[in-house]
Amino acid sequence: MGLLHTWFPYILAGIAVGGQYALIAIGYTMVYGILRLINFAHGDVFMWSGLIMVYLVTVLPLWLSVILVILFAILLGTTIERVAYRPLRTAPRMSIMISAIGVSYLLQNFALYITGGLTKTYPAISWLQKTVTIGSATTKMVTLITPVLTLVLVFLLVMLIKHTKIGMAMRAVSRDFETSSLMGIDINRVITVTFVIGCGLAAVGSILYFSNYTGINPMSGAMPGLKAFVAAVFGGIGSVPGAVLGAFVIGICENLIKGAGWTTFSDAFTFVLLIVILMVKPTGLFGEKNLDKV
Amino acid sequence: MKRLVALLCVCLLSLGCLAGCGGGGGGADEDVVRIGVFEPASGDNGAGGKQETLGVQYANKVQPTVQIGDKEYKVELVTVDNESDNSKAVTAAQNLVSQDVSIVLGSYGSSVSIAAADVFAEAGMPAVGITCTNPQVTADCEQYFRICFLDPFQGTVLANYAYENGMRKAYCLSKLGDDYSVGLVNYFVEAFKKLGGEVVEEQFPDKNSDFTSYVANAKKAGCDVFFSPVSTEAAALIVDQAEAQSLGMPILAGDTWDSNVITSAAKGKNVEIVVTTFYQEGGNPEFDEGVKKWFEEDKDAKTNNGGNTDLAAVTAMGYDAYFVALEALKAAGSTDPADVLAALPTLNVTGLVCGDVSFNETGDANKTEAFVKKCNTETGTWEFIKKQSAE
Amino acid sequence: MNKNTKVALSTICIILFMAFVYFGDMWIRPGSSMKMLITVIEKGSIYALVAVSMNLLNGFTGLFSLGQAGFMLIGAYTYAIFTIPAASHDSVYQYFNGGVIKWSIVEILEGKLGIVGHYLGMFIPILLAGLVVALIGFLIGIPVLRLKSDYLAIATLGFAEIIRAFFQWNTLGPVTNGSNVLRKYTTYKNAIFPVLVAGISIAILLLLINSTYGRAFRAIRDDEIAAEAMGVNLFRHKEMSFVISSFFAGISGALLAMFQTTISATPFTTVMTYEILLIVVIGGIGSVTGSILGAFLFTAASEWWLRGLDSGRWLGISSDLMRPGFRKVVFAILIMLIVLFYSRGIMGDKEFSWEGFIAWWKRLPETIRTWPKRRKAARAAKKDARDAKSAARAREKQGKQESADKKLSGEALFTPLPMADHVIVFDKEGK
Repeated sequence: MGLLHTWFPYILAGIAVGGQYALIAIGYTMVYGILRLINFAHGDVFMWSGLIMVYLVTVLPLWLSVILVILFAILLGTTIERVAYRPLRTAPRMSIMISAIGVSYLLQNFALYITGGLTKTYPAISWLQKTVTIGSATTKMVTLITPVLTLVLVFLLVMLIKHTKIGMAMRAVSRDFETSSLMGIDINRVITVTFVIGCGLAAVGSILYFSNYTGINPMSGAMPGLKAFVAAVFGGIGSVPGAVLGAFVIGICENLIKGAGWTTFSDAFTFVLLIVILMVKPTGLFGEKNLDKV
Repeated sequence: MKRLVALLCVCLLSLGCLAGCGGGGGGADEDVVRIGVFEPASGDNGAGGKQETLGVQYANKVQPTVQIGDKEYKVELVTVDNESDNSKAVTAAQNLVSQDVSIVLGSYGSSVSIAAADVFAEAGMPAVGITCTNPQVTADCEQYFRICFLDPFQGTVLANYAYENGMRKAYCLSKLGDDYSVGLVNYFVEAFKKLGGEVVEEQFPDKNSDFTSYVANAKKAGCDVFFSPVSTEAAALIVDQAEAQSLGMPILAGDTWDSNVITSAAKGKNVEIVVTTFYQEGGNPEFDEGVKKWFEEDKDAKTNNGGNTDLAAVTAMGYDAYFVALEALKAAGSTDPADVLAALPTLNVTGLVCGDVSFNETGDANKTEAFVKKCNTETGTWEFIKKQSAE
Repeated sequence: MNKNTKVALSTICIILFMAFVYFGDMWIRPGSSMKMLITVIEKGSIYALVAVSMNLLNGFTGLFSLGQAGFMLIGAYTYAIFTIPAASHDSVYQYFNGGVIKWSIVEILEGKLGIVGHYLGMFIPILLAGLVVALIGFLIGIPVLRLKSDYLAIATLGFAEIIRAFFQWNTLGPVTNGSNVLRKYTTYKNAIFPVLVAGISIAILLLLINSTYGRAFRAIRDDEIAAEAMGVNLFRHKEMSFVISSFFAGISGALLAMFQTTISATPFTTVMTYEILLIVVIGGIGSVTGSILGAFLFTAASEWWLRGLDSGRWLGISSDLMRPGFRKVVFAILIMLIVLFYSRGIMGDKEFSWEGFIAWWKRLPETIRTWPKRRKAARAAKKDARDAKSAARAREKQGKQESADKKLSGEALFTPLPMADHVIVFDKEGK
């Protein structure tokens, strides 16, 4: 009991950040599942949604800003796909990955220019940032809301993938790109929908993440992005529940490691986990289960 | 297409060379003296660097000319962004040197100054550190001077303050690879242990924005004070987490925290913040008013100051640095960096905002007092507590 | 043009360049803006070496590796640790009681051999840096080289981050100085040094690429299965390419340490790897001369030519848009344009040759003269393509309408499948 008492705050923080990583990781895993592309720019779309929120809130009411931020993220994501990925679809895989890295570089530098390189403070959403005390831990409301909201959204997404026509198309495309295109599935539409879902969830994730850690700078998307990608690999790339599980594991472990005083290695741990997974089970935890594959 | 690119490259190459030559020609203008401003405008220390640059710019506005020998020179500022990054600092410094400046001012943040020291040394370029407090900046570099106090001094002051106020166990947080915070924590720990205090030390990695666990660790360890002299970027996040988790102990920090970034982050929050710094508003009302008026008038200046007109101590230091540079130029009687370098050790500049400046044999200013300030979280302003010396 | 002339031309050019760097660094006064050219050449040659080493992996062996920054970090530290003068240890390792290594290779050899020892004492740690990195590359290569393209990329990127964390670890402080900077180590006096070391290294790499091994690497890149069938031991050659690339990345890390005069682990992030990758892409994946050209252009543009974009005045144009950071935006857009529209980079996979250069030079006036004409032609071609596309779309629409009509009237038993004119091939790698 005493042990749990000491570690409870860390576990709680870990679950919260894990939920936020999960929302980013879904975008990675779905895009990879369909395009076989590590969308390096995804973390930067996440950062940009945070940044846009900062600017929108100064002129618009909060609820409208939230909606616009999600729309903005979707627009940005699909534009990136249209401009930077689609023309290269027949090119070798290395080119399209380099294009993704280039987009990420551009988004970061553009943010650097807009913000002047300074950290912006995320607007306070009062009910999300309210302080609450549970047991031995004092934390923000957002810590409690994140896992719940994440699970609800993931449930809805899995339903969408399993039971709708577009979901079926997604599963088909991720299984076999060429055949499904021969079967008359509009590949471009499926890919656009994938980016819409991925970026929309990343925008929701950004609201939760930045309500908790209120500073945004041009680089603040890079690390969460990479961690979310590792989470997707951990869970088996292409699998939505896998990515979510991976994200929670990474979030919790990271915070426990910090709690144990190994702060230097809290980021490196994620990559150790990645390499171990790639060595031991390259398909990830749920990689082979085709049922949930997007 | 390939040929076109190649052609473009050739054009760019020749253009670059032309631009280079053109720049060289412009430097020969007789009546202009150039002062280099080596400050971060982006990266971790961007906010502070900008405020410091503002001080220099304001001073340049107040006193745009200087009498060297029997000639009136117009002072031109050449600013370069060192991006708060050691690896960019070298080329940034090189860039500054190649623009024919007579003296360099800066930087905010000790790491970049240490990294650039060798470039200045090789070029024989005198450099005056404004708020880089790490002793290594001037220790091995004859060209580097500075007008602020040093970390061993500041660390001792902070330790004394903490101990005098009944704090016995300190949680110390610094940033990996940041000479400023690592150095200051190190000197604080030394002094605090000597007084009989106890410390818990931790470091956080680059680009970290999750301070939940660090605040939790401090609470877990049962400390009396949270000492984290880190960059303002991290500071705002720490203040936020301290509020969220009801930290329940005062936060103690060094000169970087004396910034409106902190006061606006702490406004309306239940936190106690105490810092040591170089200047307290009201020390020179004429200067305070002038700067604030300028912020009101100049939109860009106000934006660079963080969007309001609150005065940061680094701005005052930047102002002082400019006048030290002018005095050095006057004493040198020429715009040649070598002459300026020879003149610097002999200076004794009075009438400055943050106290007189004269240099000792390592090139550091002889300063013996620091201001201790506390953040008033209701109004979001700094309140003066006292002047504290190391004794 | 016979071989002797070409060799002579190349030698003359190289000697002239070296002489320019050597005397330029000595004679140009620090205040002159031409000094910046020397700085760019210094840094550019270091980046050229690491870019060529990355190109060996990405362009010649088809292994997408993103670990270059980590390897450079180890190289830089290895060099720095062994060359800090004994007298400076106390001030450098001030938080670690002067560290554990209390000697410097340079000083030991200089004491014994004088000036020769001084230079030998600089070359040995550089070589050591390369060897240490090669060893670590060898160890990392064993597990990661079994992975395929993008998994390999992400795994090497992960290793680079782990290396960075390791070098910041306080427990290793007595050797690595924890997260604090290493300073005061011996560096070169003249810009010719990095140019020479990088030049020799690149020459060795060129020899390797043109050898049997180089051909085997390219065979692996073009088709792994075919290469294996031809008797190329896949793993052995991949590992060899990886180790050699690491070795030279280590050497360039050591040179970078010398160039910067202080070194810490913080800047060796993935961003640095991305920059090197972009240099390779700009120059052309699979071209050594391209990487060299790319490195110089990249360094010059980012450190010198575009700096004016940050300070509000550039080539006489001034604008409110130009505030700090604008340089990087322009730069990133340029890079994106290259990636999207000139994905073959400056050189494609060709190398520089005198014949090619002379032919290009002779054609240059012609190229410039016919430029408007070709532009017109290109525009017309584009318009044609657009028209064709819209016509096709209209036809398709009509077809759909017709088939729908047929369906309604029960004429057609099945609707024809829209045969994909854009079949996407996924697993085509490396070509």
